[in-house]
Amino acid sequence: MLSLREVSVTYEGAAAVSDVSLDLADGEVLALLGPSGSGKSTLLRAVAGLEPASGEISWDGRSLRGVPTHKRGFALMFQDGQLFPHLDVADNVAYPMRLRRIPSAERRSKVGYLLELVGLSGYQERLPGTLSGGERQRVALARALAVEPRLLLLDEPLSALDAGLRERLAGDLRRILHEAGTTALMVTHDQEEAFAVADRIALLREGHLVQEGTLREVWAQPTDTWAALFLGYARVLEGPAAYQVLEAAGMTPAGAVALRRSAFVADPEGPLAGTVVSARATPELHRLVVRLDEIGEVDAVADSAPAPGERVSLRVEPNRLAIPGTAEASAPPPAESAQQPPAT
Amino acid sequence: MSSTRRVATLVALAALPVAVLAVFFVLPVTGMVQRGLFFGGSFDPSVISRIVGRPEIQRALWFTLWSSGLATVLSVALGLPAAFALHRLRFPLQRVIRAGLLVPFVLPTVVVGVAFRELIGEAGLLAPLGLDGTPTAIILGLVFFNASVVIRAVGAAWESLDPRPGEAAAALGASPVRVLLTITLPALRPAIVSAASVVFLFCATAFGIVLTLGGVRYNSIETEIYKLTFTLFDLPGAAVLSVLQLLVVVGLLVVAGRLRAVPDAAQSRVVVRRRPVSLLDLPALASMSVLVLLVAGPLLALLLGSLRVEDRWSLANYVALQTPGFDPPLPVPVTSALLTSLTVAVQASLAALVLGLLVAFAVTRRSRSVAERRVRSVLDGLFMVPLGVSAVTLGLGLYLTLGTGVFDFRDEPWLVPLAQALVALPLVVRTLVPVLASVDDRLRQAAAGLGAGPLRAVMTVDVPAVWKPLLAASGFAFAASLGEFGATSFLVREENPTLPVVILRLLSRPGSDNYGMALAAACVLAAATALVMLLVERLRVPSIGAL
Repeated sequence: MLSLREVSVTYEGAAAVSDVSLDLADGEVLALLGPSGSGKSTLLRAVAGLEPASGEISWDGRSLRGVPTHKRGFALMFQDGQLFPHLDVADNVAYPMRLRRIPSAERRSKVGYLLELVGLSGYQERLPGTLSGGERQRVALARALAVEPRLLLLDEPLSALDAGLRERLAGDLRRILHEAGTTALMVTHDQEEAFAVADRIALLREGHLVQEGTLREVWAQPTDTWAALFLGYARVLEGPAAYQVLEAAGMTPAGAVALRRSAFVADPEGPLAGTVVSARATPELHRLVVRLDEIGEVDAVADSAPAPGERVSLRVEPNRLAIPGTAEASAPPPAESAQQPPAT
Repeated sequence: MSSTRRVATLVALAALPVAVLAVFFVLPVTGMVQRGLFFGGSFDPSVISRIVGRPEIQRALWFTLWSSGLATVLSVALGLPAAFALHRLRFPLQRVIRAGLLVPFVLPTVVVGVAFRELIGEAGLLAPLGLDGTPTAIILGLVFFNASVVIRAVGAAWESLDPRPGEAAAALGASPVRVLLTITLPALRPAIVSAASVVFLFCATAFGIVLTLGGVRYNSIETEIYKLTFTLFDLPGAAVLSVLQLLVVVGLLVVAGRLRAVPDAAQSRVVVRRRPVSLLDLPALASMSVLVLLVAGPLLALLLGSLRVEDRWSLANYVALQTPGFDPPLPVPVTSALLTSLTVAVQASLAALVLGLLVAFAVTRRSRSVAERRVRSVLDGLFMVPLGVSAVTLGLGLYLTLGTGVFDFRDEPWLVPLAQALVALPLVVRTLVPVLASVDDRLRQAAAGLGAGPLRAVMTVDVPAVWKPLLAASGFAFAASLGEFGATSFLVREENPTLPVVILRLLSRPGSDNYGMALAAACVLAAATALVMLLVERLRVPSIGAL
């Protein structure tokens, strides 16, 4: 089990990671999620022993302070795989086994098994330069798994791939990690990637740990407005607008509410009324932006497409909204409308 | 642009440099090939084998090979740790050490020779070691010179080497030594091989060092050519040796080019933050310190020696530089030789710059057809050849062929600057080509798409990218020209010598006065080139000197 206690990393006087405490149980996959510059990669490098950190990083209760990278028994996989370009696929995968003086017959069969695991049987003699991005990532993964690392560190493992491939490989990655029973710490800026691969999520912002929990916990109750927007909620309403929406959903009012894009559904019986600002057809349904009376602009879905300017009624889907953690306790702020997602 | 216009532009750009190269390089060199191979109008291989078979020439050949080989190995062995320390670590005094270790690169060979003699010669601090006139001294001198080449070339590659493969290997359990051997060195192999081949080339064609440190006992091919010409007046012998050297050098250049062209496997180049020193870096730092001592020792000895007259501290040697010297006097005072050197260097660097820019532009334009690309790559290779042909061969060739007929230029005052420009040209081209090649062609297309004509596009896109490397290249050419000795010694006119030539003359005269003056003059020359190099270093152009 990996434990971090008040870990901080400083770059030339500026704090990149501040006082992060985390636990990662054996067999679990934890995603460190955050925008660029949030310190997530730095934290990963500190765990790998590549950055000097203050605080305590320990494995099974034993401190890793002073243990050099190559003696930590971890494996590290980068965004672009970092295959050794002068070695072929088999030699890349066998590299860590060679370091551990595993006999060559055993190495060969293990390489075969690992390549099969990542879906690249028969690729042994290919050079990294001849592989596609997705294949390279698979080889890198096989190499990282070759010596059954105590902890696998993944730095944006899928970010360099295009969208379709990313989705497919995310599913594969989750399957492979679980099949191999690997404990893994994954850094990503993409919440979908985090949700697709990880069991738990730790949200980082400007070096601070904002929220940590299982996928369900984090999704159901983002800790604050920023966390909600970063996790993929489309808008956060605060103050009276939040009260009204929650009331219409039949829920206990709170100071803020995070809404998914499908939180409102066009319904003639719906309790809220507004004017259509824009409408856009997607293959499955129509996505609307509606200016609700006294609430402001929200996103909604509809089966048919009303024209901009038309009046519509909306109902609220209670399972498509969340109340940020800080909003429950706090007093309602003064009249406030909607907050947009941060520009990325 | 239509294809005829493209070709026309290419021809126009390349015309002047090619013409200059043809008359002042190809003609002299082929003239020499002719002299070496055709005696009395007929080809007689027996003459060649007789000349090559002479014991002193065999000795020179063998000595050149093994001393250059050993010096290359030592330069790489000492240069690699220093390149690592200076380009990957962060420690106090780093910039000073870095600049200091690069000074030898352009230090005139004559100065280095004198400095070593001052340290290990009869009256030197290390005289008891008995190194004077031994191969060890020559090899140390070659390493002094060439370790900086390794630091430059490999350091530039190491600085931008993606650290992540090494980190990935470390995380997989590779110890630092293991990472170095299995990941880092293989990734640096092209840079190391190309640095080593250039170093071997420099060692094999080193002139001043061997001449000043080798005394009468040890000769390389290069000094043998010089001696055959000036002492024994054996021009056919000198010509045969030059041809032999030319063949070896061109062969080596081709091999080096092949090795350098080893596909780089699309290494990602990144900007890496330097890290503070850790305990594991001590061997690298220790090795760098050895190199610092090797570089600083002779130079300090030179400086101290120049300040002593008859066992007292004195500036008399420097004061004497204003005079033509003592019995027998030089044709001019040393200060006016310095002035001549500076003037010639300005002319030479201007010429090298103009020619180098034309070549670099011609070579880096994007080719549209196979034939066009081939022409450009031949051009690129052609202008590298002066790097490999020893300056002595060039000087001798110019001396022999330009004395008669249509090209009777031997006494023209511009011949010396031009010869020096040819020697400096590969350095200029090698500095500019990577910069121009790295300019994304789409930027030029974007400029053209916005309505800029070809010239305007160059002004908008290339000139801003290239002005700093251009300044650095001219400084580099200036420093190289200041110290140029091999070609100049053949061409310079008696009444108008350059400083390196004067230094060698002073050295060859008896008397401590003359020797003291030589030391002082060497210090002045070293200071001038070092100053220029430090200014160049401040421009921080990565490709400078990274051949």
